[in-house]
Amino acid sequence: MTAIPPSELDRPALARGRSAADADLRSVSAAIRRAEFGDRLRSLALAAPLLVLLALSFGIPIVLLLSRAVYDPTIANALPQTSQALSGWSGSGLPDDAAFLALAADLKDNQAKGTAYELAKSLNARLPGARSQVLKTVRQLEGAGDRPPLEVVKSVPFWSQPGTWPAIANGTHAVTSFYLLSALDLRWNADGSIERVPPEQAIFLQVFMRTFFVAAAVTLATLLLGFPLAYLIASAPKGLAAILIVAVLLPFWTSILVRTAAWTVLLQKFGLVNDLLLWLGVVDDRLDLMYSRIGLIIAMTHIQLPFTLLPIYSVMRTIPPSQMKAAYSLGGRPFTAFRRIYLPQVFPGVMAGCLLTFILCLGYYITPALIGGASDQLISNFIANYVNVELNWEMAAALSFILLVFTLALFGIFARILGLDRLKLV
Amino acid sequence: MMLSPYPTTGERIRIGLLWLWCGLVILFLLVPILIPVPLSFNSGSFFIFPLEGISTRWYEVVLGTQRWQSAIGNSLLVAFGTTLIATTLGTMTAIALADEKFPGRRIVMPLLLSPLIVPVVITAVGSYLFYARVGLASTYAGIILAHTALASPFVVVTVAASLTGFDRNLMRAAAISGAKPVRSFFTVMLPLILPGVLSGAAFAFVTSFDEVVVVQFLASANQRTMPLEMFIGLREKLSPAITAAATLMMGLSIVLLVVANILARRGQKRPAKGA
Amino acid sequence: MKITKTRLLALAAATAWMAIGHAAVADELSIMASGGAWQDAQRKAWFEPFTKETGTKIVEQEYLGDLGKVKAMVDTGNVPIDLVTVETATVLQGCDAGILERLDYSKIAPRDKFLEGSALDCGVGLDAYGDVLAYDPTVLKEAPTSVLDLFDTTKFPGKRAMRKFPAQNLEWALMADGVAPADVYKVLGTPEGVDRAFKKLDTIKKDIVWWDAGAQPPQLLASKEVVMTTAWNGRIQNAIDKDGAPFKIVWNNQILEYDMIAIPKGAKNPDLAYKYLAYISQPENNAKLASYITYGPVRIDAASFVAADALPKLPNAPEHLKGAYLVADTEFWGDYGEDLVKRFNAWLAQ
Repeated sequence: MTAIPPSELDRPALARGRSAADADLRSVSAAIRRAEFGDRLRSLALAAPLLVLLALSFGIPIVLLLSRAVYDPTIANALPQTSQALSGWSGSGLPDDAAFLALAADLKDNQAKGTAYELAKSLNARLPGARSQVLKTVRQLEGAGDRPPLEVVKSVPFWSQPGTWPAIANGTHAVTSFYLLSALDLRWNADGSIERVPPEQAIFLQVFMRTFFVAAAVTLATLLLGFPLAYLIASAPKGLAAILIVAVLLPFWTSILVRTAAWTVLLQKFGLVNDLLLWLGVVDDRLDLMYSRIGLIIAMTHIQLPFTLLPIYSVMRTIPPSQMKAAYSLGGRPFTAFRRIYLPQVFPGVMAGCLLTFILCLGYYITPALIGGASDQLISNFIANYVNVELNWEMAAALSFILLVFTLALFGIFARILGLDRLKLV
Repeated sequence: MMLSPYPTTGERIRIGLLWLWCGLVILFLLVPILIPVPLSFNSGSFFIFPLEGISTRWYEVVLGTQRWQSAIGNSLLVAFGTTLIATTLGTMTAIALADEKFPGRRIVMPLLLSPLIVPVVITAVGSYLFYARVGLASTYAGIILAHTALASPFVVVTVAASLTGFDRNLMRAAAISGAKPVRSFFTVMLPLILPGVLSGAAFAFVTSFDEVVVVQFLASANQRTMPLEMFIGLREKLSPAITAAATLMMGLSIVLLVVANILARRGQKRPAKGA
Repeated sequence: MKITKTRLLALAAATAWMAIGHAAVADELSIMASGGAWQDAQRKAWFEPFTKETGTKIVEQEYLGDLGKVKAMVDTGNVPIDLVTVETATVLQGCDAGILERLDYSKIAPRDKFLEGSALDCGVGLDAYGDVLAYDPTVLKEAPTSVLDLFDTTKFPGKRAMRKFPAQNLEWALMADGVAPADVYKVLGTPEGVDRAFKKLDTIKKDIVWWDAGAQPPQLLASKEVVMTTAWNGRIQNAIDKDGAPFKIVWNNQILEYDMIAIPKGAKNPDLAYKYLAYISQPENNAKLASYITYGPVRIDAASFVAADALPKLPNAPEHLKGAYLVADTEFWGDYGEDLVKRFNAWLAQ
């Protein structure tokens, strides 16, 4: 926001009232303060509806979502007696029979309340295979008849395996680091230190790396394509520049979905891009561009190009061409002049454009979903998948949490170096 | 980039290459958005050039079948609802923030802009889980609310930009002449900042009209919008009807945003979006 | 301020009205199905005749494979759908999870009149379909003879499309690796068996394009994006019959499954839902679907009602059961489904 002219009222001076302060002046200053207070209230009241609406429709949902990443009371709620019985447990070996008995009682309660499945699923997230074992035990408890519950539980080997009880004990803490660690392919091991999950379960670091790689590749591609064009527009005569800028803005104003749709048509095996490559003799055989990394990067580069280009252009426009002429006339070779005079000045624009593109790429969802293959899905696609398909909302929350931290950190850098003003381009 | 009066061969080559490169980049920018247009008038049902013939049959599909009609209706309802709320509240907030005495402006502004920063999947998932709990999932109201969050930053920014050119003394003059604040807003301030407000409204409309991620999570079949219908079509049955829908959406967005930018330019020297 | 305030109130009222206005209206049955040719067929065979007969309007919703939406509805008690079509494994999971209502078969049809495994506690069968292989003979010079040819990339180079789901793919992988159809589920029930299946899938992973909506396979074949694809037989037959596509179906090693329909817990019109279930479970109605899409009836006594021209195209026509085939083990997928989906997704991401 541009600065607003300072108030014509010099408040401190009025408030101090100088040495010859008299009652009149004091009452005037009080009146002004009262009036200012009223103004403030009024402007707060004006802004309040939107702020409240944003808090309700955006702020609270996101806070609640993120809280799921660290707060999961399912097991604690489902196993109150067990968690009590486990409070004195050392954490190694098997707990005493009281814990087994408490578990049996809790399982029965869950069956009665219809929450056994929730518990089984939640435990399964921490302990693969637990789901069917919990349900099995619940069924056996139900049909046990006269058999003592302790015996029933102990007859299921699962409850005597080494990993089971630590997982339960961990689960009874509603505040948990489990999901956040999982989102980084980490977990607590039995002796209380953090370790990497086995390779066949490790997904997310790879997905984060992939997301960063795609974002970096797209950023670089947009810079290579955008910088020269920005330079040309900035130095072209007015009429031509206007036409060129429209060429940049037209795609900018077209929605991501529409442009992704266009690329799905273009990238088909029998689509135009393949036709063109074949006709030019670049390839002998049609390429598989749909559902591929390269197709994804091409489409994302197209979508992001204006975001990189426009900030660069807006800085270039402020650099008078006479500067370069002066550099030439002073004997600077074109490349030297460009590197030493021009580049340092446009650098903030380049930074702004590239950071913006990089940050926006981290959150891509539509384009990878439609153009990428299974191994080109980015972090947002995994978040959506955990919500819709796997129904594991805690995991979705943990991944969102990490994605958001990265995004906000990068924006923090952006705002710090370049100021929020440049965001207006978005 | 123009040549200097006495260009060297090296300079000619460099500038020739620059033009060539930029020409290719322009093609890269424009061809993909222009491709759906001719394809949408294709009479055949494949995406292959040369066209089999010119026809408007795919537009008839989009404008004539119940499925697309209700999608268009939903899109318009949601977009107008969003525009109305986002413009009203966004304008009020921008006016409040333009007052330098507004407490905590430095904190409020980034908060207002945060819907633009947070990856949209997170917004969509968050509102989906929360709205389901309060009974707003699968309702128009829920979608409008979520879209308002996404659209209102544009309104705040454009109106704030137009307010920088507004002389607050005019309001004081109106107050001294005895006008109540509401009256002076409608008779003095609004006419002057109207271009900014309208341009913000256009941005809000387009933001909602083009949005697909939030809708994907929040909408049930009854609230399917045009972008969602397109998204499903793209995944399932790629038919040229999609190119027709894309052309329509693109046309509407471009017209609205051109108008918005002209308005923004007229209202203020520094437009909010674009150069 | 006053004007904006009243305007705000009006807006609030309007949005509240919209929210309420959405609530289900009586005598409307909301059915969520998985779209495409299959939903079109259901509309003609069942929705429209049902409306004609009972006056109950059917509101169709489309299902993008996201049980998440159903779960969210049930969890929050806001269930705007009355019936949802699902796969058998999902029925078992949804039953355990309390997402689906336990059915009262006395309101539908005698349970023993259904094919074995097609009348479950929380879901009743709609039709029997086959997971088959489809290809375009104008693209593939040599015709595949079994679904397992998916795994032969030397004889059939090029991309192949498979469903983004572990079920069927793991079975086929094991069979391609030499496991006899009768032993598939026994092997798959062991950790080593699962590893073995994934290892086999690894050999063709880079050649696979994944589909998740039933309408995609014919699309992928038509655009020549893939040389062969797994598919639900009806979707391919539909493309052949209705769009004149030149596709061919390979039945050898097909996997037979049932489509199911279920009532989500807390649905608002259970009586209407049961009325609909009873309607489509009558033998003559149950057989009607086959005329619109080549899926077989699930009622044992419905076979005689199937239109004569549709019969030879059904997945359980004698002609199509001559080669090897496998009947999907619902119990197995109910038990292991969730863990295998998890493992599968991790495998996909790597």
